[in-house]
Amino acid sequence: MRRYIVTSLMVLTLCCSPIVLAQTSAVQPPADRISKLESAVAQAQSSADNAWMLTSAALVLMMTGPGLALFYGGLVRKKNVLATMMQSFAMMAIISVLWALLNYSLAFGPGTSIIGGLHNVFLRGVGLTPDPDYAATIPLQTFMIYQLMFAIITPALVTGAFAERMKFSAMAAFLTLWSIVVYSPMAHMVWGKGGLLNASLGGRFPCLDFAGGTVVHVTSGVSALMCALYLGKRLGYPKEPTPPHSVVLSFIGACLLWVGWFGFNAGSALGSGPLATSAFVNTHFGAAAAALSWALAEWIRNGKPSALGGISGCVAGLVAITPAAGFVQPLSAIVIGLIAGVCCFFMVIKVKSWFGYDDSLDAFGVHGAGGTIGAILTGIFASNLINPIFKDPKTGAALPSGAIQGNWGQVGNQLVGVAIAWVISIVGTLILLKIVDVTIGLRVSPEDEVEGLDLTQHGEEGYDFAS
Amino acid sequence: MHKIEAIIQPSKLDAVKDALVEIGIEGMTILEARGHGRQKGHTEFYRGREYTVDLLPKVKLEIVVADELVEKAEQAILSSARTGKIGDGKIFRSRIDEAIRIRNDERGPSAL
Repeated sequence: MRRYIVTSLMVLTLCCSPIVLAQTSAVQPPADRISKLESAVAQAQSSADNAWMLTSAALVLMMTGPGLALFYGGLVRKKNVLATMMQSFAMMAIISVLWALLNYSLAFGPGTSIIGGLHNVFLRGVGLTPDPDYAATIPLQTFMIYQLMFAIITPALVTGAFAERMKFSAMAAFLTLWSIVVYSPMAHMVWGKGGLLNASLGGRFPCLDFAGGTVVHVTSGVSALMCALYLGKRLGYPKEPTPPHSVVLSFIGACLLWVGWFGFNAGSALGSGPLATSAFVNTHFGAAAAALSWALAEWIRNGKPSALGGISGCVAGLVAITPAAGFVQPLSAIVIGLIAGVCCFFMVIKVKSWFGYDDSLDAFGVHGAGGTIGAILTGIFASNLINPIFKDPKTGAALPSGAIQGNWGQVGNQLVGVAIAWVISIVGTLILLKIVDVTIGLRVSPEDEVEGLDLTQHGEEGYDFAS
Repeated sequence: MHKIEAIIQPSKLDAVKDALVEIGIEGMTILEARGHGRQKGHTEFYRGREYTVDLLPKVKLEIVVADELVEKAEQAILSSARTGKIGDGKIFRSRIDEAIRIRNDERGPSAL
């Protein structure tokens, strides 16, 4: 009975309160309320986008550490495992600081069509308000930190070419310079304001590169090839066997790469909307299809599908789908993956031994070749149904993106982008290698190479099971 | 006293240990070893490069026994470790000059 009385009193009070309140405060005018609603909606969109972008940045960093560190670490001999992982980690440290001091400005600051200027050095002007040219809904610092993770992993990929024989000091010096001379201009040309190849900001040769097929994979892969050729082969290569000391570590690394790649590709949508979904979906199917095609090719050729082959295939697919992720339809992603798996398999199995170079961890075979193939296939399979990147300047209607929609010219533009990546990588890498070789010296001594880099470069042992 | 060194297939270790314990031999040392006799190795593939692995995993068992037990011990090892295939392993017998128990300085066959 008492509860019934209390409840009735509460309901009565509630019903009276609007009358009371209406008499004490004025109702807001509709215009004010609409503008408040609009900013609330924008805030909500911004929050969603920022949440995804910060997550993506973390995922991409995870790709380097420990993804790539483990993937590469497992592929080398036990005596070099720490040194190999340390090379990736060194990039996480060095490139981060350099990005804030200089490279962000060179890549994304305003400048020429080839390189940005010094406007944003020391992150000047990089605050929490968005830059509408790059990403209108997220703070510019989010964009900056996201791009930093790409700048970290790209030189880390190059280390695969000179594994087990390069001095730590020389590697650090070389890749620091490389990030300034090769990575920053390439990033600027494809993604920076006024960039020569920038498809969304009116570049002269609009190259469709959603998440860095040319910027990250072609540059790192081709530079890796140059390093392998310049440094020469490891002692005893190819006669002395150098099997991976732990395919288990490489397996874990590869799976971390697959998951992290969702941040790499889907985060390149720079937002949390449907385009991120497309990129996410395409990334996954590309990886899976390529793992299948490499494994099948190996099964047919060698009689057994290896774990190393499976994970190598998935990485090849991820590389190839990188430029295409936000431009193609899911079934195209599967086709791209199938092609990349088989082609990279042949690059690594056949082409490498034809030419006889020692690209220790197949940075060129997977990233250089996979990135080139992916960039070209992007020009073929890009569809404005997924991403209407080209618009008619007068009507705003979406124009055909790739060859499957009749725009064969796009393949030409892709080739321009790829060619520029190759040239800047070859020229930049060879010059920098020469400079570092003459000043510091690139290779460890033969005795150090035999003893192993963990002990000679870092005074450590990776495993000490006896203790 | 004699030392018996037996190099056997790793999969036969449990059977050999049980057979030795059954005839009263309780002290033994087991080492993980690699090697080959006439047994060929196998090939592995890593990213298209073929590697011949000819050092195969083996187990080396060392026991020191009183003279009366030598024949019985060798027979126990032979019958429990044999599969009839190449790779079964080998037994080596050598003489031992002295055995000493560290705990209490006991010497000779009673220290075994």
